[in-house]
Amino acid sequence: MTPKWRLIVFFIGAAGIVCLFALVRAPVLRLNEFRNRYAQQINTRTFAERNVTDAVSAVNFDYRGFDTIGEEFILFVSVLGSLVLLRMAEERKDEILLDALDRKRDVGPSDATRLWILAMIAPKLVFGVYIVTHGQLTPGGGFQGGVILATAALILYLGEGFAVFRDVLSHTAIEVGEAAGAGAFVLIGMLAWFWRRPFLTNILPLGKSHELTSGGTMALISIATGLEVAAGFILLLYAFLQENLTIEGEE
Amino acid sequence: MGHAFSYAGYVTAIWLFLIGLYGVVTSRHLVHLCLSLTVLQASTYVLFTIIGFRPGLPAPIFTDGVTPGSPAVDPVVQALMLTDIVVEATVVALLLAITVRIHRRSGTTDPNQVDMMRG
Repeated sequence: MTPKWRLIVFFIGAAGIVCLFALVRAPVLRLNEFRNRYAQQINTRTFAERNVTDAVSAVNFDYRGFDTIGEEFILFVSVLGSLVLLRMAEERKDEILLDALDRKRDVGPSDATRLWILAMIAPKLVFGVYIVTHGQLTPGGGFQGGVILATAALILYLGEGFAVFRDVLSHTAIEVGEAAGAGAFVLIGMLAWFWRRPFLTNILPLGKSHELTSGGTMALISIATGLEVAAGFILLLYAFLQENLTIEGEE
Repeated sequence: MGHAFSYAGYVTAIWLFLIGLYGVVTSRHLVHLCLSLTVLQASTYVLFTIIGFRPGLPAPIFTDGVTPGSPAVDPVVQALMLTDIVVEATVVALLLAITVRIHRRSGTTDPNQVDMMRG
């Protein structure tokens, strides 16, 4: 299809979407006034049933935990796919990589920049862990905290370059971390089977509200998710940085 | 007020969807195409946020003055969106990895020039 025809088809489709929107606008606005019963139930029950204060995390890690497993494995599989696609003949890659690293050694950020960047790593780690572990109390949880933890690795690369990044974060350890995170979620779900309850039933003691231990399995699932998300993003960083250095090495 | 707000939300969602799709359709570079796709997907975030919005109600976090069990905005759509934002980032990474492979194979990043479909 030529670009011109593609554009014509696009505009016909766009006109269709706008027409449909104009047609359904009124019912949609009425729908907005209709209060979703399911959401209302969750809002009224979360605190009483699970002792947690964040209803969003309760949906993610407890009431709709099964859907979150699906989401998690989309994440897992796309990280896996990226790694497979970016992998080349490994020995050749290492040679090229080392050449590129040798040449890049002299040019890096100034000492002042490096110092500031390194000083940011500890606060980032603390903040990431805080967000992961407080998911059941305040806005947060494994998904958001995991991404913050991964930025700590990114900032290590910005300050010290790929050689140090590779030495500090062992590729194997990160791989194991990602798999462990994904596996732990399923295992926590299977824990309920020992009590002859359905998969992902919240069987652990619910603790006191407003405390870190509240919410039973929710906190554990949040930590497992945080581990998987952080490790997944670091693996992606690894793959793309390696690819980038290989291209630079070839040039 | 609530009506005007949700109306603006729906219009924004449609606009983001169309502008993202336009980017995908007219794209001359695969990286640009991936980013257009993220704009397109951002329309779902706006749409879901506006579906869950209730005028005047607080966020579904029952601390700091929000009585537990009192009405709040819809937590279900928010939970959907927060997982999706993270998952989307890794899916974009996958698309970019495919872009890298295509560039290596065919030496171009223009989707019109790429001719990878060989039987």
